[in-house]
Amino acid sequence: MTTRLTEKQIDELGLELDAIRQRVVDDLGAADRDYIYKVIRWQRGLEVAGRASLFLGFLPPLWLAGTAALSLSKILDNMEIGHNVMHGQYDWMRDPGLNSTMFEWDTVCPAEQWRHSHNYMHHTYTNILGKDRDIGYGVLRIEEAQRWNPYYLGNPVYAFLLMVLFEWGVMAHDLELENIIAGERTWAETRSLRGQQWHKASRQVLKDYLLFPALSGPMFLSTLTANATANLVRNLWAFSIIFCGHFPTGVATFTEEETENESRGAWYVRQMMGSANITGGKLFHILSGNLSHQIEHHLFPDLPARRYPQVAPEVRALCEKYGLPYNAGRLSKQLGSVWGKIFRLALPFGTRDEAGTPPTVAVVPDEIAAAA
Amino acid sequence: MTTVVPAVFRRRLSPLAVVEALATPHAVDRYLELVNPMLTVRDVRAEVTEVRRSTADTVTLTLRPTRQWRGFEAGQFVQVTVDVDGVRRTRCYSPAGSQHRADGRIELTVKAHARGLVSRYLHANASTGLVVGLTQAAGTFCLPDPRPPRILLVSGGSGITPVLSMLRTLCDEGYDGDVAFLHYADTEDDVAHRDELRALAAEHSAVTVVLACTGHDGGDLSGYFGQEHLDAVAPWHADAETFVCGPPGLMTAVRDLYTRNGRAGRLHVEDFAPAPVAVETAAATGALTFERSGTAVDNTGTTILEQAEAAGLQPEHGCRMGICFSCTQVKMSGCTRNVRTGETHTEPDTEIQLCISVPVGDVAIDL
Ligand SMILES: Cc1cc2nc3c(=O)[nH]c(=O)nc-3n(C[C@H](O)[C@H](O)[C@H](O)COP(=O)(O)OP(=O)(O)OC[C@H]3O[C@@H](n4cnc5c(N)ncnc54)[C@H](O)[C@@H]3O)c2cc1C
Repeated sequence: MTTRLTEKQIDELGLELDAIRQRVVDDLGAADRDYIYKVIRWQRGLEVAGRASLFLGFLPPLWLAGTAALSLSKILDNMEIGHNVMHGQYDWMRDPGLNSTMFEWDTVCPAEQWRHSHNYMHHTYTNILGKDRDIGYGVLRIEEAQRWNPYYLGNPVYAFLLMVLFEWGVMAHDLELENIIAGERTWAETRSLRGQQWHKASRQVLKDYLLFPALSGPMFLSTLTANATANLVRNLWAFSIIFCGHFPTGVATFTEEETENESRGAWYVRQMMGSANITGGKLFHILSGNLSHQIEHHLFPDLPARRYPQVAPEVRALCEKYGLPYNAGRLSKQLGSVWGKIFRLALPFGTRDEAGTPPTVAVVPDEIAAAA
Repeated sequence: MTTVVPAVFRRRLSPLAVVEALATPHAVDRYLELVNPMLTVRDVRAEVTEVRRSTADTVTLTLRPTRQWRGFEAGQFVQVTVDVDGVRRTRCYSPAGSQHRADGRIELTVKAHARGLVSRYLHANASTGLVVGLTQAAGTFCLPDPRPPRILLVSGGSGITPVLSMLRTLCDEGYDGDVAFLHYADTEDDVAHRDELRALAAEHSAVTVVLACTGHDGGDLSGYFGQEHLDAVAPWHADAETFVCGPPGLMTAVRDLYTRNGRAGRLHVEDFAPAPVAVETAAATGALTFERSGTAVDNTGTTILEQAEAAGLQPEHGCRMGICFSCTQVKMSGCTRNVRTGETHTEPDTEIQLCISVPVGDVAIDL
């Protein structure tokens, strides 16, 4: 599907989206603060309850409940709280505890590196091949446009490993290992990154795999496995949500030439075409950190995520008005589509069916539009 | 790699270090505050235990600080933080009570400014049980130690607080030198703490309290500060240390007179520096100062990020379009305009995104 838009239309679309953003910004206040503190209270409550239950982990129901509570706590911490706070969504509150430059999250990746690889690289260069390192994370072939080579025969295996070890993959992301292998970056250049990673990861490991197990005395192994399980559950969940954000079929990728000197409106268009939403209930949206509203998140990364469901109908209406796709589907559908792609793209042919062809936008220069 | 031992092992293994290692990556106080905001291990906070509104536009709060509070010296100020419509706001207030107060509580008197955000909020909403953020006391507007033999305290309006604290502290210390307290207000009814002032004067023979009313008749004196007031209140003022706090007009009048009399060296002043006013001009004016690097440039009207780079600095940054928050830095003072929204920001010590902020007049950045 190709949508034809004039430069003028793209600028108008940009202004309409700016207006939506401004309306939300003007309305930010106590309700948003109360909301995020409510989520934090739930997260910390689940964490404390979970860790406490594990002291009685010899009772299977308590082990299960404790592990489940801790898993939920880590999911909330990383997604609805951590990811969103680090985007600066709550900086307007001027609360040092929820400030993008000061917040740390319950995962091994140092917040500072995440802000660089995610907020800057991924959100600025979303879905631009060769610039957005989140396309396949340097290990997978996830878009047809990535050139095949025999290494990609292992695509499903790499994806599985990345899913299971997701927090470590996220931590290693900023090292740009693929560029080191390609000889474009030296190991020595990553020295200070590795120092920060060691500092952060050692504390995380110490807490989850030594201190809490040791405190639970004879339940050492039981607590250790529970903590490892919680980290794993969080890994599986975060991986699944994040992969559904940009990799289902029907999401567009872009080239560096296409996006040179792009206007603000064109940037918005790229964000909309390069993202996909997941439909679901309220609790699902919260547990996904509202990344189920990936399209709205990419348009307005610094608006508090609880506002995304609110603006989604307007964004969707704008997509319809301008003939742009608004990619949304249930988790099972989006996830099936992602894994299907991971398997298919292990082979050189990839897909060429109509449904799998990403949409494109043809920009009609204003002079030509006027002449026509 | 230089560090191979996690910090928790290198530090002496205190119970607090273990608890902090268990709470990592969050601070212990981020957990405790959800149970009881007054339960803190590091943060200083205070709970409002009493609220009085002794005049129409002031509110007097008594605060019980958390155990980290180290006390204050009369004349110093604290920074109080409250959430107003979801946004954390910090303002300076000078405790008005004696520094020797037995229960260690802090008394603040806040004057509600017509368009003031925090002062109006406190005036309208402060109630017992409210927990506010607090900093340790700071400031050099203090009585010398040992106390000088003669002390003149002059204040106007809400500037009464630091000098009242001095007066009460001196009384608690059984100070036996001469002390005069000269306060300016519109009418006598506008004087917060009027009854305490009268009571102190009645109890301590060495203390003179004079209320001067500038608006109407009444009070012990009328009109504005000048040599006559000085002579009437403290004939010995020539050998006294003088402490002044009040509105700009009063401060200027006192400063001018003392300079003329050649006694500026014995004058101590405290300024409740009002927030800078946003002046929107088409032309770029003012100086842009990067405090940490000790660089100052003439404002060219472009974004602060661009001006910093032009000055040879290399601040961290990313998208250059206001979305990634990599370039966030603390604006220490001055007014900036957000080029995306057109909004101006005048509050000191707040974080701004350098890539979408331009200076409006003089601005200082912690960079
Ligand atoms: C060291 C120090 C000690 C202080 N101690 C006290 C104290 O004990 N009691 C007290 O009431 N205040 C005190 N202040 C002033 C206080 O910090 C706030 O500035 C004041 O409460 C107004 O804050 P706001 O948020 O209500 O006003 P803002 O929202 O910051 O300002 C709104 C408007 O009010 C004007 N304005 C702000 N402050 C003042 C002011 N001080 N005088 C005149 N106009 C002003 C501004 O120009 C602006 O137009 C002190 C200030 C300093 C620097």
